[in-house]
Amino acid sequence: MELLGHLLLGLQTAASPVNLFYCFIGVFLGTAIGVLPGLGPTATIAMLLPATFVLPPVSALIMLAGIYYGSQYGGSTTSILVNLPGEAASVVTTLDGHQMAKSGRAGAALAASAIGSFFAGTVATFLIAGFGPPLAAAALKFGPAEFFSLMVLGLVASVVLAQGSLLHAIGMVVLGLLLGLIGTDVNSGTQRFTFGIFELADGIGFVTVAMGMFGLGEIIRNLENEDARSVMISKVTGLWPTRDDFKRMVAPILRGTAIGSALGILPGSGSILGAFAAYSIEKKVSKNRAEFGKGAIEGVAAPESANNAGAQTSFIPLLTLGIPSNPVSALMVGAMIIHGIQPGPSVLNEQPALFWGMIVSMWFGNLFLVVLNYPLIGMWVRMIMIPYQYLYPGILVFCAIGVFSLKNTEFDVYFMALFGVIGYVFSKLGCEPAPMLLAFILGPLMEEYLRRALLLSRGNPMVFIQRPISLTLLAMAVLAMCTVLIPTFSKTREGLKD
Amino acid sequence: MIRSSRDFWSGLIYIFFGVSAMAVARDYGMGTGAKMGPAYFPTILGALLVVIGVISIVRSFTLHGAPIGAFAFKGLVLVCAPVLLFGIIVRGAGLAVALPLLVVISAAASVHFRWRTTLVMAAGLTIFCALVFLKGLGIPLPVVGPWFGG
Repeated sequence: MELLGHLLLGLQTAASPVNLFYCFIGVFLGTAIGVLPGLGPTATIAMLLPATFVLPPVSALIMLAGIYYGSQYGGSTTSILVNLPGEAASVVTTLDGHQMAKSGRAGAALAASAIGSFFAGTVATFLIAGFGPPLAAAALKFGPAEFFSLMVLGLVASVVLAQGSLLHAIGMVVLGLLLGLIGTDVNSGTQRFTFGIFELADGIGFVTVAMGMFGLGEIIRNLENEDARSVMISKVTGLWPTRDDFKRMVAPILRGTAIGSALGILPGSGSILGAFAAYSIEKKVSKNRAEFGKGAIEGVAAPESANNAGAQTSFIPLLTLGIPSNPVSALMVGAMIIHGIQPGPSVLNEQPALFWGMIVSMWFGNLFLVVLNYPLIGMWVRMIMIPYQYLYPGILVFCAIGVFSLKNTEFDVYFMALFGVIGYVFSKLGCEPAPMLLAFILGPLMEEYLRRALLLSRGNPMVFIQRPISLTLLAMAVLAMCTVLIPTFSKTREGLKD
Repeated sequence: MIRSSRDFWSGLIYIFFGVSAMAVARDYGMGTGAKMGPAYFPTILGALLVVIGVISIVRSFTLHGAPIGAFAFKGLVLVCAPVLLFGIIVRGAGLAVALPLLVVISAAASVHFRWRTTLVMAAGLTIFCALVFLKGLGIPLPVVGPWFGG
C-alpha cells in the first residue's frame, strides 16, 4: 500500500504538463542521437547539461534520464535497419535484427524491439520502486568506511566491464581519481595541482572532461574511418508481426527482462552486459536456435528487452546509493550536485517527489518511445542517412558554446580541446575513457570518505575489513576482479571489442 | 625488444603522471593516517600509478599486443585546434567570426569537404546560435566583438 502512495506521488510529479513535456523532449532527443551515427549518449548529455541548469531539478533529471534510455532505443533502430549499432548495447541486435530486415521483415524486428523494450521498461520501473526504498534505508546506516568500499566496488566493476586490457582500465581509474583532485582541497584550503592557474581553483568541470574525451575524441575517431561508413537501408515493410512472431517473442522477452534487470543493478554494468548475456542464453535455450544469426526474432526480442531493463535498473544504485555505475549516470550525479542535490540514500527521504517523479517518468518515457518510434520511423530512417560531415561541425559548435556557458569562461573551452587530444591518444593506446570519467567524478568523494573513515578509526586502515558491510563490499570487488580471470568471461569481454 | 608498443607508451604516461603527482604533492603536507593532509591521497594514487606503469612496461617486453596504429594527425589538429581558436578569439572577434571559423576549419577534416555546403552550414549555425544562445539563453558573448568595433 505504501508503494501505491509513493507511485501516486510520483505520478503527480511526472504527469505535470511541464515534466511530461521535458520527458518527451528527453526521449525524442535520445532517440535522435541513438539514430544519428557517431554521437553517443555520454557526449550528448554532457552537451545538453548546461541547457538543463535553467530548469527545475526534477524536470532536468527527468529529461536527462529520458535521453539515456531513449538513446538505447534509437540505437536498436539503426542496428536493425542499417546494421550500424548506434549504441554499444545494441551491438547484438544487429546479428539477427539486420538479417530480419534484409529478408523483408524489418517491421517485425522493430516491433519485437519496441514491445520487448516497453515490457522491460515497465517491469524495471516497478523494480526500482520496489528495491529503491529498502536499499536506501540500508544505505542510511552506511558510515564513511562503507561508502568508501562501495565506491571501490563501483570502480572495480567499471574496470571489469571496460573493454580491452584490465591493466589499462585500472590505470585510467587511478589517473581519473588523480585528475579529480585538481583544485582546492576542501579540508585544508590548499590549492592542489593548480600550478598557479586561477581558473583551476574549482577544479576541472566534469562536463569539460566528458565533452572533450567523449565528444571531441569520438569525432576524431569517427573521421579516421569515414569512408568505411556506407549506408544501405532496407525498406521497412510488414510493420506488424505475425501471430507466430508474437508467440515466439513471449519467452525471450521475459528472460531478457529478468537477465537485463539483474545485471543492470550491478554497479558498473549498465545495459551492455545484459544484452550480451540475454542473447547468448537465448541462443542456448531456444527451440529455434538453428535460426540464430539468420534472422531469429528471439535474437532481437531478448537483447532488446535486456538492454532497456538494464538501462533503467542501473538507476537503482544511482538513486539509492548515489553511486554512478556508468559514464551517463556519472554525469547525472554531477547534474544533481549542480542542482544542489547531494546524491545518496537521503534523496529518497528529503526529495520524495524527485525520486518517485523520476521513476514514474521512466514509464511515461517508455510509452512515448513506443508511440514515437512507430509513426516516426520514416523520419528516423532519413536521419540515419545524414552524412557525418554535416553533423560533426555542428556538434563541435554546440560543445564549444555549451562548455563556455558553464562558467562563462574561455578557459573551459581550452581544457575541452586538451581533453579531446588526451582522449584520442588514450583510445589509440587501447585505454578506455569510460572508467576514467567515472573515477574523475568519484575522486573527491572517495578522498573525503577515506579521510573520515580513517579519522574515526584513528588512522587504522583495518577499519575497512573490520566492519562487516564494508568487508562484504570489498569482497565483492575482489570477486569481480577474479571473474576476469575466468576464461569464458574474459572471452566475452574481449568479444565486446569487435 | 618492445613487443607491445601500446603497453609501453601507456606505461610511460602512467609513470610520468604518477611521479609528477608525487613530486608536486610533496609541497602540500602529508599529515598522518588519522589526520590526512592534502598530500596523502594524491601520493597514494601517484605511487599506485607508478606501479601500474611499471607492470605495463614490463608486460610490453613479454606479451605481444596490438600495434598502436596510425595517428590521424589531420583529424586531431583540425578538430581540436579550431576549438582552441574559438576560445581564444570569441570574446574579441565575436561569435559571427569565431563560429564560422570553427565550422570551416573543422569541416576541412572530412574527406567529403565542400566549400559551398560548409559555408551554408556555417551561416546557418551562426544565426541559430546567435538567436538561441546569445539572445535566448543570454550567454554573455558579443555577436560582433570589440576587435571589429562591436
